[in-house]
This record gives sequence, C-alpha cells and structure tokens, in this order.
Amino acid sequence: MSTTLFVVQTLNGLQLGVLLFLIAAGLTLVFGVMDFINLAHGVQYMLGAYFAVMFYGLTGSFLAALILALGASLLFGLLLEFAVFRHLYDRDHLDHVIATFGVILFLNQGVKFVWGAAPLTLPIPEMFSGSVLLMPGLLYPIWRLVIIGSGLAVALLLYLLVSYSRVGMLVRAGATNAPMVSALGVDIRRLFMIVFGFGTMLAGFAGIMIAPILSVEPGMGDTILILAFVVIVIGGIGSIRGAFVAALLIGLVDTLGRSFAVDILRLFMAPSPARTVGPAIASMLIYLLMALVLYFRPAGLFPAKGR
Amino acid sequence: MSEPVLRLQGLRKSFGGLVVTDDVTLDVQPGELHAVIGPNGAGKTTLINQISGLLLPDSGRILFDGADVTALPLYQRARRGLARSFQITSILAGFSVIDNVALAVQAHRGSSFRFFRAASSEEDLNRRALEALREVDLAHRADVQAGHLSHGEKRALELAIALAMEPKILLLDEPMAGAGRDETARLVAVLQRLKGRLPMILVEHDMTAVFALADRISVLIYGRVLASGAPDVVRNDPQVVAAYLGDEME
Amino acid sequence: MVESVAAAAPERGLSRARRADWTLPLLIFVAFAAVPLFGGAASGSYILSLVTRVMVFAIAALALDLLVGFGALVSFGHAAFMGLGAYAVGILAAHGIGDALVALPVALAAAMLFAWVTGIVCLRTRGVYFIMITLAFGQMAYFTASSLAPYGGDDGLTIAARNTIFGFEVLRDDRALYFVTLACLVGAYLLCRAVVGSRFGRVFRGARENPVRMAAIGFEVYRYQLVGYVLAGGLGGLSGFLLANATEFVSPAYMSWQRSGELIIMVILGGIGTLHGAIVGAAAFILVSEWLPEGIYQLGALLQIRSVSDFAEHWKIVFGPLLVLVVLFARGGLIGVGRRILGRSGHE
Repeated sequence: MSTTLFVVQTLNGLQLGVLLFLIAAGLTLVFGVMDFINLAHGVQYMLGAYFAVMFYGLTGSFLAALILALGASLLFGLLLEFAVFRHLYDRDHLDHVIATFGVILFLNQGVKFVWGAAPLTLPIPEMFSGSVLLMPGLLYPIWRLVIIGSGLAVALLLYLLVSYSRVGMLVRAGATNAPMVSALGVDIRRLFMIVFGFGTMLAGFAGIMIAPILSVEPGMGDTILILAFVVIVIGGIGSIRGAFVAALLIGLVDTLGRSFAVDILRLFMAPSPARTVGPAIASMLIYLLMALVLYFRPAGLFPAKGR
Repeated sequence: MSEPVLRLQGLRKSFGGLVVTDDVTLDVQPGELHAVIGPNGAGKTTLINQISGLLLPDSGRILFDGADVTALPLYQRARRGLARSFQITSILAGFSVIDNVALAVQAHRGSSFRFFRAASSEEDLNRRALEALREVDLAHRADVQAGHLSHGEKRALELAIALAMEPKILLLDEPMAGAGRDETARLVAVLQRLKGRLPMILVEHDMTAVFALADRISVLIYGRVLASGAPDVVRNDPQVVAAYLGDEME
Repeated sequence: MVESVAAAAPERGLSRARRADWTLPLLIFVAFAAVPLFGGAASGSYILSLVTRVMVFAIAALALDLLVGFGALVSFGHAAFMGLGAYAVGILAAHGIGDALVALPVALAAAMLFAWVTGIVCLRTRGVYFIMITLAFGQMAYFTASSLAPYGGDDGLTIAARNTIFGFEVLRDDRALYFVTLACLVGAYLLCRAVVGSRFGRVFRGARENPVRMAAIGFEVYRYQLVGYVLAGGLGGLSGFLLANATEFVSPAYMSWQRSGELIIMVILGGIGTLHGAIVGAAAFILVSEWLPEGIYQLGALLQIRSVSDFAEHWKIVFGPLLVLVVLFARGGLIGVGRRILGRSGHE
C-alpha cells in the first residue's frame, strides 16, 4: 500500500464524490421541495453526456458542446416536467416510482433508438488532456482535476445561491415546509420549475464532464442513480449541505474501499480468502454505511425538515 | 386519601424557546373525574400527549398505577391500561365500526401473532367490542364503515375504542370537539354512566359539560397549573375568572 | 337485538368486495391448470415455460402486494429475496447438493434471514426513506452476488439439473414443474388471504391506516411489520427457488433494482391490495413483454412498413409511456378496470 496509490485513490474518490454531489444536489432539492421521487434523474445525467457528444460532433468545440448540451439538458428536463412530472406532484410516492420508472424505460430505449447501442466517446479538450506531476512519482490526469475543481466551484455557487439569494431562501423554505410557502403567496409552481430545471442542469453538467473519461452508453445513469439516492438518504432529504458531505463521504469510502479492501483484510486473514471476500465487502461498504447512519439517524445526517 | 392512579410530578416540556408545560404537578384519584381546562394554546393536548407517551417530557415524572412510566413508549403504556382518545379523530376509517373496537379488544386478549384464523369470526372479541359500543350507544352502527359515520358518531367511536382496552384510566382529549348539541348531551350522559367506575382526565372546552361531570378541576394557563380543586372553588377563584372563566361563563 | 347481532356476526370482517371475490381467483387458477391441456402438452414447450415463469413471478408479486397493498411498505428491494432463493439452489448445486429437501429450506432461510436483518434497519424509517433503503439493500445483494467469482460472478451460474425431491427426478419433466409451481402459487395465495384476515393481518392493515392509533391501542407496530416483512421475504425466497429450477440458471440480474421495479409494477398493474391482482399483473407484464415486440413486428409485416417491423426491438419505448399512463389513469389496476367494465363498481 504505497502513498502514491493512496493519494491517487483519494483524488479519485474526491472526483466520484464531486460527481455524485452534482447529481444528488438536484435530486435532493426536487425531493425536499416538491416531495417528488424522480428515478429518471439518472437519465438526465445520461442525456447530458449524449447531448455533449452530439454537439461536439456538430461544432468540434468542447466549450460549445458544453454550453449547448447544458441548454439542451435544461430544455429537455423542463419538457419532462411539463409533460409528465407536473401531473404527479399530488400523487403518492408509489405513483412517482412507477411513472419515473416508465420514463427510464422510455429514455434508455429512446437513446438506443436515436444513437444506437454502441458506446460513444468524447475526447478530452486539448488544453486539459494529459497528466500533471503532483508528487514525485505521481502523475494524475488533468481532466480529473478539472472535474474536481468545477464540481467544488458549483458546490460553492450553490451554497452562495441557496444561502444568500432570494430564490435560495424560498428553496430552503420550500424544503422545510412547501405548503406553508405556497400559503404565503409564493408562486409554488414557478418555484418548482426553477428547482427542477436547475437540478436537471446539474445532472446534465455531471454527464457532460464525465463523458470524456467514461463511455457514453444507454443505461449509464442507472448505477449512479442508486448511488445518488444513497447519498441523499445519508445526507438527509432536502439538504444540500447533507448531499455535499454524504457525496464526498461515499465517493471516498467506495473508491478507497474497493482499492484497499483486500489489503486491509489481508491483515486479518490469509491472502486467498481475502481476495474472494474483499471485492464483495467493498461493494457492500457504502450500503453498510447507509444502514449504520439510518439506524442511528432515520432521517439522515442533516434532515431539512425539522423534527 | 388513597394512592392516586395517576400522578404527574413537575412535568416540563419546551419546544425550542417556548415552554409548553411548566412544572405541572397533579394527580387523579381512583374513580375520580379530573377535568383539565384552559384557553387554547395552554398546552392541554401537549400534556395529554406526554401522559399517554406520544411525547417525552424534558423533565419530571409520570407515575401510573404505582409504576414510573415516564420513559415507557406509547404502546407499552396502553398495554398497562392507559387509554386515550384523540382530539382530532383518529380511527381506522377503512375498517368497520366493530372491527375498530375489536382490534382494541384484541390488543389485550391473547397474542396477535396468529396467522390463520379469521379474526373477524372470533366471538369473544366481537362480544366484548359490542359491549363497549353499547356503552356509547353505537351498537346499532356496528357494521358501518367507520369513515361513513357522522362526526359525533366518530367521537363516540373514539370513546368506545378506549373503553374496549379494559383501561385503568381514560385520557379524554376534547371528546366533544365539533359535536353538535344533541351529540354532546349524549356523550355527557355516557361519561356520567362511566363516572365512579373509571378514573378519567377530561380535557374540555365545553364548560357546561365540565361542571356537570368533574369531581376536580385543574386550570392550565400558559402551561402551568393556575388553580386546582373542587369545581365550586375553582369557579369562584378570582385568578381563574380573570384569566379564563370570565369570558366563558357569561 | 342480541340474536340479530349474533346472526350478523359471521358477516363481519373483510369488506364486501373481498368476500365476494373467490370467483376471480378460482377462474385464474383453473385457467392456469388448463394451460398444459391447450397451450402445449409436450415437455419443453414454449408456452409451458412461459406460464411457469408467470406463476413464479406471481408468487413474488403476491408477497409484495402483502407488503405494499396491505402494509403500505413500499419495498424496492423485493427482487433480492428471489435472488437469494435462486442462489441458494445454485450454490448448493455447485457443491453437489441437489435435493429440494435441502435446497428449499435453505432458500427460505436465506431469504427470511436477509429480510429479518435488513428489516430491522429498514422499518425504523418511514415513507421515502424506506423505499430508498430497501432499494439500497437490494443493490447490496446484487453487488455481492456479482462479486462471487466462484459462483459465476456477473455472468451467472448454470445449474446442472433441477432439484430432486426426496431423490426422485420429478422436476425434470416440465409439466411436473409446472404443476408444482401452480400448487405453490395456490398455497401462497391461500396463505396470504388467511394472513390478511387473521389477527396479525388486522394489526398489519391497521398499521397502514393509522400507526399512531395502533400504538395507542397497545400494539408495537414495528414488530408486526418486521414479521410481515420476513413473511414476504420467505415467499420471495420460495419464488426464487422455483425460478432457479425453471431456468436452471442463476444470475445477479435476478436481484437488480430494475427487477424490483418490475415487481412493483406488476402489483400496481394488476390492482394493489387485492392479492389476485398481483397474479393478474404478473401475467400481464410478462406476457406483454414477451408478445409486444413480436406483435409490433407482425404489425409491420402486415402493413408492409419496414420501419414498423424494425421498431419491434425498441418495444420498451411503447411500454414505458404505457406504464406511466396506467399509473396516471387506471385506478385500481387491471382488476379495477375489469370491475368497471363489468359494472360491479361501488365496492371500493
């Protein structure tokens, strides 16, 4: 277990955490403010990646692709909200689950229909390609650092927005007690739209940023969706701060766990069983973490709704 | 003076900066109907919630039937015979009237981890349930779906459910809330019948009912007991009249 | 008055609608029993294996309806119980143990133990958190199975032969497996119906409507929900045992969250809270999934429009919105729609 490997994996964990935060932030807001379970949030992430690939193909510029894809993600999200989700707010959570599950089926297949099933790629922008020497013997890809940086920047922006702007205040109020906010005369429908649109853009942004390193394919949003749900459950539904803490925590635990599980187990048992049990434990780690948190705090670490 | 069935010692409860229960000490003697009155916001329901176990007090003790139940969860106090009715009707609307009551009987008669026999066919449960329904004059509505009852009938059902628990004390949280004049008179008659047999705490706004039924009255203002004693004493207490009864009685 | 009350006593209990509905389940089971006669008498027939699969999932859906429809416990990890039951069969087979005498109890025990341990944590949460945490535990099971390299990992594990029963290779014949599965389905249905009307069922259902009221009467709601959860887990394990035998294959995909989602859809599609609705829903879902692509293809061939036929592989594009529409508009699922068509409304 070398220091270099540890640093690399810690950075990777941070990168995953930041990505998770981008997705979880929108999810937890929509959940907290609108009480709406959106399983289709993962496909927003996927669509962001697909739009980026498409616009890059049309323009040849990553920056243009980024901006256009963000816009397209926003528009598509608002379209979904208008056409489908809006009708579901008054329904119970079960209906949300079923309906958004249907949307996932539709979009996962739709993406296959439009772009085919084969994985697509997006090249890393010239300026950020390659690696940088962080420590003697440690080369780390620049693009991953860009992801970490931009993710933290967005987190800061969100924090400032939510804490100091008027819309942010309404969002926080809405997450604590939506009917009350509506009763106070705020146009709750418009607030919902703003929250939803913003969340969609965040997810799309995550998809765009990850597209150069991951393969863009149908269903890529499904696994990360589950992780995002674990994040918001641990963090507390409706809480951006909770989502941030939980996302980084999970990113680190998952990445470091997978890398070092076998090594840590080797301290207690023979190499062979450690190699069998290790990966199994590693994949279970974040769920064990979630179970632990929920056992002591059934509403997560920073629940938005007061107890 | 015999051992009280229920004794509250120095109960305190705050929500953030707001003190809702302020050093409340009172007791209920066997067979006594102890009314708790006070203006809205005085903390009466919060007090009932603490006695029944829905809320935990910040400090103080609750002694029921000789045992300290302060830390016991809601369902355990219910098992020991502490029955309550809710101010906002809390029945099982989808179940029939008799099933609502039979469930309460079931909780105190044998194990409910029985998986095969149809519970609705258990004669013993139904019989006991009908007895409770007869006490509140609801037996003729036994097979109606509880959600279809009139408001007053629902309040009566609340009472029947509490009675079916074979309680050692009844906590009644505004049983006449929202009931019309006839229904109120009916409920008062029912409580008259139960008086003496069963100790009760009655939280109510309806002063006619309170003075007709109570053996003792405690007045709660801003979470603290302003006066406590026989109805006539309390009625004429100048502090009470000034703070609360003055508007109510005239 | 006492006599009339006593006479009325046997009529009490479950709502009128449920009492009358022995006819529909009976019809369903008779239909299932008749399939081998009409749909394909030969062993290895496609219809036989398809309907066996329907019945297997119907058992799991029944268990889920118990939780969702009667307990308001929306479990999004139900497929894990199926998977555990299936893997019990697979892992034992890999070690040479192939008799149902061992495999079935192990499958049930594994599923119920998992339900018990995860239920302890899950049931401390409410509403949305419950949905999420059951989902996550399902994922946990999925990933664990994926990482079991000696048992196939991601690719899954082929089972050499179906379970023997007391040493006899009864299940080798598809028809025998079919009727064993049907017997299990009928048994599971009767069990669920009995449970729903029992003392336990009453508490369980009451907890769905008003948990505070139940506690105020003296019930420790948590314990009852845990027992219900374990029961549903056990039935899921049974269904997994049958699935493994039917397909002679186990894979982590049996436990994916998509599978859990499909199970929920089956319950809602059929009609939540009716028990036999779960069976109808499972049949509808699986049969549509099988025949919709084929139907689209044939439609294209009929209309001589190539693009329609080519579209067949993308049948989920139709299926997805279909589900959304069902949720939005068909109250009471297929059973509810059927009732309205037959004019037997007013029971809900």
